[in-house]
Amino acid sequence: MGKITIPEEEYMHPGHIACLGCGGALAMRYMLKALGKRTMVSIPACCWAIMHGKHPNFALGVPLVNTAFEVTGASISGIRAALDAKGIKDVNVVGFAGDGGTADIGIQALSGAVERNTNIFYVMYDNEAYMNTGIQRSGATPPGAWTTTTPVGTTQDWKKAPKKNMVEIMVAHKIPYTATINIAFPEDFVKKLQKGKDIDGPKFYHAFAPCPTGWRHPPEITVSIAKMATDSNVFPLFEVEEGKYTITRKPKKRIPVKEYLGLQGRFRHLPEEMVERIQREVDREWELLLRKEEYTADF
Amino acid sequence: MKHKWEPESCRDLPYTPIMDRPTTYNKTGVWRTYRPIVDKEKCTDCYICWKFCPDVSILIQEDGSIEIDYDHCKGCGICAEVCPVKAIEMERER
Repeated sequence: MGKITIPEEEYMHPGHIACLGCGGALAMRYMLKALGKRTMVSIPACCWAIMHGKHPNFALGVPLVNTAFEVTGASISGIRAALDAKGIKDVNVVGFAGDGGTADIGIQALSGAVERNTNIFYVMYDNEAYMNTGIQRSGATPPGAWTTTTPVGTTQDWKKAPKKNMVEIMVAHKIPYTATINIAFPEDFVKKLQKGKDIDGPKFYHAFAPCPTGWRHPPEITVSIAKMATDSNVFPLFEVEEGKYTITRKPKKRIPVKEYLGLQGRFRHLPEEMVERIQREVDREWELLLRKEEYTADF
Repeated sequence: MKHKWEPESCRDLPYTPIMDRPTTYNKTGVWRTYRPIVDKEKCTDCYICWKFCPDVSILIQEDGSIEIDYDHCKGCGICAEVCPVKAIEMERER
């Protein structure tokens, strides 16, 4: 018999209305497993705003508040302030937003919340576009990707701008803990969230969550694709504690980025030279990360 | 600061839409095109499929074996993909 490596309690009920093979559903499941019963979640407009079901039904075992797109940061600050006024100390307050609600629309509220040094968790589950409203390009969409607002067709108008680096933005706010997490590595996911429980101050997590609908891949390979993203260094797993970088997974055998891109329909149109450019960019970022780890080793 | 009115629980609030019913009655199993079938002979009870199921539809029984909750399984096939011994097969739903 195998060993159960992540907490056994379930706080996400089945019957939620996520698509087949949803990465965001897994992110929520692991997040609640890690933080446990004493958790309050605030969710802006994103896939999770509808996935928990319509009015009398509710897919989570913890209290949740649905807010407007821009105000996740403000709403979790408010929840924390109310808990402090009541003298409740043991509740984890979580903002759980998509990449559009974090990197584009919600960034000023988030920036304010972390600047005030509020004791909160913020999980950005990154499916790399506005998937709930129909695959529109967001700041976190990687270069080269097809979306409905960056159509390819004959104009070759795929996304040209780079992906917004939310982790570095948060590190620049000098917050105590920032980490990247991936649904393909649940043990690491749970460990990093549980680590945040002992840290007083804002904690930011960038969670990688593939979306079969928007990325145009079959639902069964969601976990394999997420694993490949880390093994090809497209999405390295690391954490930043008070400015000190630690890479938590160094892939033994690096997969070429071409293999990772090849599985997804949204990169189908990419010419060879563009793939090589993405590979060079990924290698550069990885090299930069290795050096950051080296330079900050004795902080 | 002392407020005059202090609600004991959410029931004392003025009429507010509060969601308290779990979605488990919502049978998402009807979405399924492919049905996962577990081969109990091959299964080693490693619980990797349980870990990666986005619909919490793999249940661990009291004796340690796994069972699939066909009422809620949407048939995404992640369990069959991540199984290290290939004990789960996806069969077309009839």
